[in-house]
Amino acid sequence: MKHRNTINICAVLIGCFLVCAVMAEPITVAPQYEQRYSSILGELRCLVCQNQTIAESNADLAIDLRVEVKNMLEKGATDSEIIDFMANRYGDFILYRPQLKPRTYPLWFGPFLLLAVVLLLLYFVVNRQSKDSNVKLTDEEKTQLNSILNQTEEKYTDD
Amino acid sequence: MIPEIGHFALIIALCLALVQTIVPLLGAQTNTSQWMAVAKPAARGQFLFIIIAFICLAYSFVKNDFSVFYVANNSNSALPLQYKISAIWGAHEGSLLLWSLMLSGWTFAVTIFSRSLPNDMVARVLAVMGFVSIGFLLFMLLTSNPFERIFPMPLEGKDLNPLLQDPGLVIHPPMLYMGYVGFSVAFAFAIAALLGGKLDSAWARWSRPWATFAWVFLTIGITLGSWWAYHELGWGGWWFWDPVENASFMPWLVGTALIHSLAVTEKRASFKSWTVLLAILAFSLSLLGTFLVRSGILVSVHAFATDPARGLYILIFLAIVIGGSLLLFALRAPYIKSIGHFDLFSRETALLLNNVLLLVVMFTILFGTLYPLFIDAFDMPSLSVGKPYFDLVFSVLMLPLLLVIGVGPFMRWKKATMKDVFKKLSKIAIVGLVIGIAFPYIVAGKTSILVAIGISLGGWSMAAAIYYLFKNTSRTDSGANILQHLKKIPRATYGMSIAHFGIGIFVVGVTFVSAFEQVKEIPMQVGQKIEMAGYMFELGGVEDIQGPNYSSKQATVNVYKNDRLVAKLLPEKRTYLVQKSPMTEAGIDTGFLRDVYVALGEEIDGNAWGMRLYYKPFIQWIWMGALLMAFGGLLAAFDRRYRLKLKREKQSAVPSSRKQRLAVTS
Repeated sequence: MKHRNTINICAVLIGCFLVCAVMAEPITVAPQYEQRYSSILGELRCLVCQNQTIAESNADLAIDLRVEVKNMLEKGATDSEIIDFMANRYGDFILYRPQLKPRTYPLWFGPFLLLAVVLLLLYFVVNRQSKDSNVKLTDEEKTQLNSILNQTEEKYTDD
Repeated sequence: MIPEIGHFALIIALCLALVQTIVPLLGAQTNTSQWMAVAKPAARGQFLFIIIAFICLAYSFVKNDFSVFYVANNSNSALPLQYKISAIWGAHEGSLLLWSLMLSGWTFAVTIFSRSLPNDMVARVLAVMGFVSIGFLLFMLLTSNPFERIFPMPLEGKDLNPLLQDPGLVIHPPMLYMGYVGFSVAFAFAIAALLGGKLDSAWARWSRPWATFAWVFLTIGITLGSWWAYHELGWGGWWFWDPVENASFMPWLVGTALIHSLAVTEKRASFKSWTVLLAILAFSLSLLGTFLVRSGILVSVHAFATDPARGLYILIFLAIVIGGSLLLFALRAPYIKSIGHFDLFSRETALLLNNVLLLVVMFTILFGTLYPLFIDAFDMPSLSVGKPYFDLVFSVLMLPLLLVIGVGPFMRWKKATMKDVFKKLSKIAIVGLVIGIAFPYIVAGKTSILVAIGISLGGWSMAAAIYYLFKNTSRTDSGANILQHLKKIPRATYGMSIAHFGIGIFVVGVTFVSAFEQVKEIPMQVGQKIEMAGYMFELGGVEDIQGPNYSSKQATVNVYKNDRLVAKLLPEKRTYLVQKSPMTEAGIDTGFLRDVYVALGEEIDGNAWGMRLYYKPFIQWIWMGALLMAFGGLLAAFDRRYRLKLKREKQSAVPSSRKQRLAVTS
């Protein structure tokens, strides 16, 4: 029985997904808006689909939103005005590019902070180990080492 | 009867996996060679029985045995044969079986190609792989049995998800899984080395070709997935940063770091503990990817809860494998001594930089993928993290990596000098810049700062990769004979250059397509012509056609350039009969410099059709670049020295690692 439920839920989910996967009806915008229109659609998430932009979805909501974007563009709204309007009306969930605010600081600064920390760490670790590398070799060992190194150099092209 | 045989074969395979894990491990710890010798036959037996199970499931699919629950849910008597076969891995249970099949296949390969390895090493490696196998077989038998029967038997199956009925999906998952599972070999080598306390450069050389092969498969698998999305989804996109895609990309990033770090460990005996950690991480992410994709936690948190038993099992298994290996690592790492020392300015540092950048990218993707879940968990208003975010952060983090790709190979091991490297690379940098500035003008007639940066970096990696092959010609005495020099270069060097060249191609493709692609979404009447990007699109007509398990509307779109017909595209809109779900099949004219892509939409008011027209410059370069990377990896994995080593080691019993190194070189 439990199994059955799982399958049913899956089927519903897949069905839902498929409805969204179909190609949508075209909404034609004037040529001067085409570029901005499609880039804005790529920023907005279809709220009732699994993981799709409103450009890709054929759900009623997505079609409404496309019309809304088109109308706002034609009324002369800027890109950020449209984005803000959508976020105000539907919440941050609709934005695929999270807006910069305390809740999203980790997203926007985390990667670069991590990179900085890791690079510093790398610098110190490498520097430290290269400093205590002054192992003393006897003369005999040195000549031996040199012959090995030369041999390696010649025959073993470094890749 | 047949499904029961399959079920029973799985149980026997589980028993053999238990034997393969416990006995050789005890043997290796107590140095009992008879016990260690059990590993190989047990592993081969396990492979045999999993093959039997797999064939039984395949048979049930081909024979339309809908009394098997899994078959009834994922097949249909009208499904074409090739999709009946690929339906085996079309859903959760079957993909687990495929995973197990591949794991035992890789294990089998290890039993064949491990003759030169010390017995205790082989025993431990096979035991670790056996342990992973136990986890999967038990999971299948306890919670996800593909052979479960259903009563009363349905007369017809529910059909395979139409999204999956595409040639790309026949081979994409197996390739991806070959990659995922392949990292289990490098993982097993790492754990075996930790258990045995012997982590030398010989260890690195043993695991290196395995890791590279796995990486090659994963690269091909991801490429196929991207190519499939482009063809099948009808949106002309090639990467969506969907959680499912991210789950496959993360092990790839760590795997890339791993094959670079293994190079250092093999050649310079440095980075030992780091390499071990990467091997553990690469496989852990593969496991995570396998489970998370299928369990659905990434797409929707709630899907996970639909079967608590599965969720709990997965959590426990992951905890044991990942936690256990990290614990072992923590216990043993302090005893791992890296002997090589190197300067801050050296090839070692460059490779370390490569590793660090790749890992930062990986953590960024992991973090971005999971962040919405954290937010939900803390009851804050939900947010989304998608393509615009990932595109931006990913490209910024990739810039330094692309710079290092050019520089790294030209630095000497241990200690490089600024002057030397600068002398070699200043020309390359100029070549890159010239390409970056001139190329977009030549092919597209326009450019921007971002495009110039992208193409410069792509040109830089390509130029550096080519120059690297020729850089030693001046050193050879008879500089006249370049051909001879090129012949002497080892395959691994070619492999590296080709792979780096491939990255350059990839970057050029991505840059062009994201900057200069054009799209038009428009209703078209039959006979109407639309102009875009220098091409004239004419809708020739729309007709009904009938497929084996779908009916379809097929449009004919003639594409003209300068009044000359360049392509006749046949985009389709299919409706699959059982699941009633419409799917798009894009009509694509593929070219070296551009794709023209047409998708068919709804009928409007009975006299027009919604059409979506795309012009995609250089998009094929994306997959070409990726395939070059895979090809480079393949060449490197087949390098002569791995085979020479085999021969040498057969002659001399067990030479020390240092001796082996010399044996290869002399």
